[in-house]
Amino acid sequence: MRKVYSKIETISGNVISVRATDVQYGELAMVSTTYGDTLAEVIKLDRDLVSMQVFAGGRGIATNDEVRFLGNPMRVSFSDNLMGRIFDGSGKPRDNGPELTDNLITIGGPSVNPSKRIIPRNMIRTGIPMIDLFNTLVESQKLPIFSVSGEPYNQLLSRIAMQAEVDLIILGGMGLKYDDYLFFKEELENGGAMSRTIMFVHTASDPIVESLMVPDISLAVAEKFALQGKKVLVLLTDMTNFADAMKEIAITQEQVPSNRGYPGDLYSQLASRYEKAVDFEGSGSITILGVTTMPGDDVTHPVPDNTGYITEGQYYLKNGRIEPFGSLSRLKQQVNDKTREDHRAIMDGMIKLYAAYKSSLEKKSMGFNMSAWDDKLLKYGEQFEKGMMDLSVNIPLEKALDLGWEIMASCFEKEETGLKTDLINRYWPKGL
Amino acid sequence: MKSVGKIIGVNGNMVTVEVAGAVSMNEVGYILVDDKKLKSEVIRILGNSCQMQVFEMTKGIKVGDGVEFSNELLAVELGPGLLKQVYDGLQNPLPELAEAAGFFLERGIYLKALDRDVDWDFTPIAKVGDSVEKADALGSVPEGPFTHEIMVPFSLLKKYTVKSIKGAGKYKVDDVIAELEDEKGNIIPVKMFFEWPVKRAIDCYEERLKPTKPMVTKVRLVDTFLPVALGGTYCIPGPFGAGKTVLQQVTSKNAEVDIVIVAACGERAGEVVETLKEFPELIDPKTGNSLMERTVIICNTSSMPVASREASVYTAVTIAEYYRQMGLNILLLADSTSRWAQAMREMSGRLEEIPGEEAFPAYLESVIAGFYERAGIVRLKNGKEGSVTIGGTVSPAGGNFEEPVTQATLKVVGAFHGLSRERSDARKYPAIDPMDSWSKYPSVLAKDAVSYARNILFRGGEIEAMMKVVGEEGTAIEDYIIYLKADFLDAVYLQQNSFDPIDAAVIVDRQKHVFKYILEIMGAEFSFKDKNDARSYFNSLRQEFIDYNGVEWQSEEFLKHEKAMVDILNSKKIGLESRANELLQAGV
Repeated sequence: MRKVYSKIETISGNVISVRATDVQYGELAMVSTTYGDTLAEVIKLDRDLVSMQVFAGGRGIATNDEVRFLGNPMRVSFSDNLMGRIFDGSGKPRDNGPELTDNLITIGGPSVNPSKRIIPRNMIRTGIPMIDLFNTLVESQKLPIFSVSGEPYNQLLSRIAMQAEVDLIILGGMGLKYDDYLFFKEELENGGAMSRTIMFVHTASDPIVESLMVPDISLAVAEKFALQGKKVLVLLTDMTNFADAMKEIAITQEQVPSNRGYPGDLYSQLASRYEKAVDFEGSGSITILGVTTMPGDDVTHPVPDNTGYITEGQYYLKNGRIEPFGSLSRLKQQVNDKTREDHRAIMDGMIKLYAAYKSSLEKKSMGFNMSAWDDKLLKYGEQFEKGMMDLSVNIPLEKALDLGWEIMASCFEKEETGLKTDLINRYWPKGL
Repeated sequence: MKSVGKIIGVNGNMVTVEVAGAVSMNEVGYILVDDKKLKSEVIRILGNSCQMQVFEMTKGIKVGDGVEFSNELLAVELGPGLLKQVYDGLQNPLPELAEAAGFFLERGIYLKALDRDVDWDFTPIAKVGDSVEKADALGSVPEGPFTHEIMVPFSLLKKYTVKSIKGAGKYKVDDVIAELEDEKGNIIPVKMFFEWPVKRAIDCYEERLKPTKPMVTKVRLVDTFLPVALGGTYCIPGPFGAGKTVLQQVTSKNAEVDIVIVAACGERAGEVVETLKEFPELIDPKTGNSLMERTVIICNTSSMPVASREASVYTAVTIAEYYRQMGLNILLLADSTSRWAQAMREMSGRLEEIPGEEAFPAYLESVIAGFYERAGIVRLKNGKEGSVTIGGTVSPAGGNFEEPVTQATLKVVGAFHGLSRERSDARKYPAIDPMDSWSKYPSVLAKDAVSYARNILFRGGEIEAMMKVVGEEGTAIEDYIIYLKADFLDAVYLQQNSFDPIDAAVIVDRQKHVFKYILEIMGAEFSFKDKNDARSYFNSLRQEFIDYNGVEWQSEEFLKHEKAMVDILNSKKIGLESRANELLQAGV
């Protein structure tokens, strides 16, 4: 029988401390309050003073409430019974289903040995030209969608999830608006994908500490399924909420703050989650798509900034479109040499011309006379935005490539494209 | 006498330990948790307690857990067998670790850095009775394409007499191959390897020389305009997505040096794995063997423990210095030094030190300077020269070069290759900004010719900026032509396609050859009807030049494209500016 402690020394925000011995770093404790039981995790040991973050928050905790250490770190039940289920950030059912307690696995495990990884090699088709053609998504990639509040990032996330060919979708929601939670649930149910989906959802009104658990729980479960040979797609939304929860806890703990109040280990914390994306040799894979909202559309904000250095690119969603500038898939070159020989040339060539269009547009807005070249670029830019960038476009990669040649041929002379002559000879639309 | 201690506090990856006995700063200790030993390093001592950074996850540690101190500083093993290896920041061989532990990096497993079972072909150099001191060669073994010298350990500080030495034959690294006797008659057995503390620079050389010989990277923009020298230092700062890692990968494959050490420091595992799997497949043009034979990879990715990330750059530079002692040229590529600095910041925060700018520790600058200063070209005691060149990427927050890590780095490096978001957005790779970047080292091409071309680039940039204000029609045709020339130079020379096998790596001879045409085009006087005529002329010239860049050097195709390009050039050229003519006469 484990010892019960009933003298809480300090309560500060969500962090409480008791005097206790024989406690492990990272261990869980059960705190029994007038408002029910809640889990807490040990985050600091200083001789016999044990500090814990309380999942349900510090509100209403009394100094004489009981604390019982459980002797193990945070764990989650793992089995096929998880399929189609919805849980909260501490692993409790959100869907009236039974609580799962069998086959517990520890969350936040060690990272994969880089020498055991294989080079990512499978394209994930989405039907979105700005992704498939210009920034191909690759199995095992970790990629955030950079966006601001109000943009349809969750819609984009669910569209990719529905169209991507994967075995299993795990949705981790952090600080999700209740409406957005219901949106995902309905989308996945209506699309017939709920049976291959597991959701761990922390909504905006739930206790903040539970938000911290969501990525680790989602990824621990994903990892187990991947090791069983499944292709798993993990959707995390919104990682900025996760980082903000970390900030809140760190400040409560009186940690020395780093950039804009975020804890000094923000980079390492984000990295240890994103790095769970992997293609296991001889087994399954984990692909991570996250949402990172940028306060004030500021990509230099610590959360998107650190994220950008960890992830293998990003999709930059702005004005309802995936922007060619700022968007990047670092793994695209692993797959786009196997699609069609003109893929890479079109990918770079069209963006170079789009960049030139942008400066012509700037000249135009300043009231300068447009040269013949500017006029061509303006025509091109308009067609590019309509044919490629509009999110309602849903065509396979090959169609998008053909469309690229058509757009260029309708606007330019061959040598104005900057593309290699032999490709032009092969693909330039006949009769133009 | 080794000390012991017990845990009295845990905070993240830092523990506080009460010590019985003496400890030294940076001493290694092992925390005993369950049946595992977790490696840690002393980073602060306060009376009879000390604080240690743990190179592993700290979950499960309890107050009262024991600590065993090692009486040794964090050190690496130096000896034959380092090449081809993939190590983590603490020199654990990752492939062997995978054999022992599987997919995941289980904590508390430490393997020997050098394989104890390999037989090496030893040939003695020293003879019984020879007087030797640290870094003198006792013998040699072949290691890949190199002759690996077995040296007197750098930690032996006195003069010694060779008492005995093994004859030619096969030995393992752990075998004693010689016995040395000091002046007092003490016998010191010497093996084929020894240990050296990573945070101390190896300085067994006669003289440090000024880096003036170019280190060819085969990147045109670098070699011609922003050169790097053997034994020099350079940094590549840039916002994420601007192409730092690709540029480093290209350099690691193509740089004309003997050995490349890649230190992936807090980087994405997905990108590191590319290097890991690709290098053994790639053929080194110099030797015809796998590129991995002359490569060491130190791989501490972003999700591996932060403290060993901090150690990884030191592990890398120590191995580089060791091979430099054999008269070899080593290139160390560190990606990214910002992640390393962030690791320092994390620990500094845990230690509750008073933060400096952007919460980096106050000693950031001196630590960065200390690291880059370990580069250098040196003359060894035997007259040979060896060099360590360090190229570090910097990942400044928000791509802002004013931040502390970039600024501290710029103070101590010899070349600055700043990447720009604007150029990478427009897919102009490598996205090094030719205007903002600089180098203090000499180019592989003639200095005056290079500055002539660079000047056009500058003027073109100014005209482009002016055109944004006054419009194209408000720009004189003479200025407009300069703008087009600069744009042309950028498109066909500064930009290089790293995925095109031919364009990706351009030898110096070809750079020189092509640059003559560049110079001629930059200095040419043209007759154009109007601006549209000028633009379409440069479009065709560019088109031909890009095709020309993509064909095999001096092949039939090459000559064909060269002729076509020259024909286009001459179709509208009416003269050559006199300064350009002089430079062409003088040769590039």
